[in-house]
Parts: sequence; structure tokens; C-alpha cells
Amino acid sequence: MQHSNKYILIYSIVMVVIVAVSLTIVAVQLKPAQDENIRIEKMQNILSSVNIPIAEIPKKEISALYDKYITSAVAVNVKGEEVITDATQVFKIEVVNELKKPDDQQSLPVFIARLDNGDTAYVLPLRGKGLWGPIWGYISLKSDFNTIYGAMFDHKGETPGLGAEIGQQWFIEPFKGKTIFDQNGKFTSIQIIKGGAADDNPHGVDAISGGTITSKGVEKMIFDNLGSYQAFIQTHKNH
Amino acid sequence: MSEKLTKVEKEPMFSSKILKLLKNPFNLENPITVQVLGICSALAVTVQMKPAIVMALSVTIVTAFSNLIISSLRNTIPSRIRIIVQLVVVAALVIIVDQVLKAFVYDVSKKLSVFVGLIITNCILMGRLEAYAMGNKPWPSFVDGIGNGLGYGMILVIVAFFREVLGSGKILGMKIIPQFLYDSGYMDNGLMILPPMALITIGIIIWVQRSKTPELQEK
Repeated sequence: MQHSNKYILIYSIVMVVIVAVSLTIVAVQLKPAQDENIRIEKMQNILSSVNIPIAEIPKKEISALYDKYITSAVAVNVKGEEVITDATQVFKIEVVNELKKPDDQQSLPVFIARLDNGDTAYVLPLRGKGLWGPIWGYISLKSDFNTIYGAMFDHKGETPGLGAEIGQQWFIEPFKGKTIFDQNGKFTSIQIIKGGAADDNPHGVDAISGGTITSKGVEKMIFDNLGSYQAFIQTHKNH
Repeated sequence: MSEKLTKVEKEPMFSSKILKLLKNPFNLENPITVQVLGICSALAVTVQMKPAIVMALSVTIVTAFSNLIISSLRNTIPSRIRIIVQLVVVAALVIIVDQVLKAFVYDVSKKLSVFVGLIITNCILMGRLEAYAMGNKPWPSFVDGIGNGLGYGMILVIVAFFREVLGSGKILGMKIIPQFLYDSGYMDNGLMILPPMALITIGIIIWVQRSKTPELQEK
């Protein structure tokens, strides 16, 4: 069956227009549900970094739980000054976009959690690079701004069983209770040590065998991101 | 294209011919084990049962509806651009499936990540469109799409079953290996989680199938 060029041209134009219109309708219709999923996931991540077992909690209750624990949020600049204090505004900040800006124009979020025992924990977002793509997470500090209370990590496409283990509990557990400053008050961040960290090392955790580059990526991510909060941490640590 | 315009006798909806279209992909014409198509995604999404099931359903929906659409359009599609037309239809359906997954089963859609998008390049789709939908009526094509999608999905789920049980001791995320076995020294086989074991599992399935089906044995 041979068709004329005119027929082929009109056929393709009509087809493409129909497809484009229907895809647009689908995308617009489903956008709210998708955005809601992303919002819930962010809440889950933040809650998970303050050791709330989110896996056992149905999605519908996450929002209420978030409001219960995360009492406020601020955004701080590189000098440690609070630039945004409206929690809903802070929640909407895309950290990745902020980190692309020059240092003095960034405003980075700090989520403040009120824990069950009355303590306060400060949740800081982390963004970094693994072996195959982006990795991210949240880390929470106790009110001394030195001891790690909890953490969560996630990744786009690290190798299952190797780099992808950063999302697992066994990798995260050792972070808890480690400190990011040494006795002299010098910023040490957290070292992820190949072959295992010594039990008495207050700044070190075990790396993943076979996942060295991802482990190093997590180490660098924590160092870089906590570094951006230096001024904020210092002012609050010493008061 | 071999349509018979003169033949107008009506066939029943579920004649034996139609049922065969549905049944054959499960055994004699299985897309994975016999035609060895769509292996790539079969290796990637079979670590756990849940993503495998969602992937199987997604592929079934896309094969069924792309077959249906292409078959309904088959007399109007200019043969010179037919592959492009097929691709556009498949791509549109895949995007819709991807968007629906993102909206309603977000965690699964994250696990499937790029593999939903890669349904577009799944050889089963283009294979069925070229080999069947372009030359047959919409209803048989639709059934053929469902059959092939499910035939593909069946292998996916079988492979995922073994990989999840042996690799993480779970079925659909629920622990089924009792704790006392772990206490007495049993360990999950980490190798099952890695892609090579998917290939080996599929190999074993092909072996079992061939040894049971004389039609498939090469003399």
C-alpha cells in the first residue's frame, strides 16, 4: 500500500497532535497526586532522620505526625543568620537549587524537631554524589549541635547490595551518638572507614565493603553540607 | 498485510483460536523463555515480587492497548512510517503508565525507575506489533497483547519469587523463613539479589521448560 507524501505528512501531524493533547491532559490531571507523594516522601525522610519508624506508619498519617514532631523550621544563610522563619516556606526550599547559588546567597533549611522525651533535635538536609548518581539524606543533631541523633540516606541508582546499602538500617545505626567536633572544638565531620571503624572512634563509622565510592560519597556529602551550616552550628553551639 | 476483506463470517468472542492466542505465550511461544525477548527488564526488576508484579501488569497493559490501537489503525498507517507510528503509540502509552504509577504507587514507581520508560524498547512490544497487530483484527490483537504481556509477566513473577525467597527470605515483603533457621546458621543468599542470578534463574526455567516440552527440543 503506497500512500502519497501529503497523506503521510497529514497522518503524522494529526497523530502527534492527538498524542500530545492526551498526554498533556493525563499529566495535568495526575500532577496534584504526584506532588503530594513527593511532599509525603520528604516528610517521611525528615521523620526518619529523627528515628521515627516511618515504615510502620500508613501514608495518610505521615502529615499529622510531621506536624506533631517538627515544630518549626528556619532557613539560614552562610553567616548563620535566620533568613526565613515561616516553616511552610522553609519546607518548600529545594536544597539542590540553593547549593547551586553562590555561598552568600544560599538559604538552607533547618528543621526543628521536638522529641518524645522533650529534647530538641535539628534536622539538616544533605545532598551529594554517589557512584552512579545523586545521593541525599537528612542528618539530625542533638541540641548540643555536636552529637548525631539520627540520619537517613537515599540514592538514585547505587548498586543494589553494595552502594545501595547506604539506605539500610545497619549502615545508619552506627552514626547515632557520633560527634562531629573533637575535644578542641575542631570540626571533624564523620569519617567512613574502609575495613571498619575502631569501636572507640567518636567520629568514625564502617564503610560498605564493595561500596567504597558510595561510602566516600556519603562522607563527603556530610562534610560539605555540615560545612555550609558551620556558622549556624557555631553560634548555637556556644550559647 | 494479509487481511481478508471478503471474509465477513462472525467469529465468537472466545473461539478456540482466540483462547490459543491467550494460552500460547505461556508455554510454546513464551516471549522470555522461547523467544528470548525482554530479558533486560526481566533481570532488573525481579529482586522482589512487588515491582515484578507491577512491571508485569504495566507491560501487559501496554502490549494489549498498543496492539489494539495499532490493529485498529493498521489499514490507515502509511507503511513507510509504520515503525514511527508504532513507537509513538507505545511511547504515549508508556508515559501514561509511568505517570499513573507515580501518582498512585509512588514507592513502586521509584523502584522500577527507568525500567518503566524502557518498556518502550522492550522487544516484545515491537515484535507483537509487527508480527501480529499489523495483520490482524483488533480483538485478536488485543488478546494476543494480553497473552504475551502475561506470558512475560509470569516468568518475571516466578524469577522474582525465587530471588526474593532465597535472597531476602521474604515474599511480597513478608518474612517467611522462620527465625529459628537463621538462629541455627541459615543465611540469605546475597548473590540472589544480584543480576547474574536472574540470568541463571531464567536459564533454569528455560531448561525445565525445554525438557518437559518435546516441541521445543532441537534434534
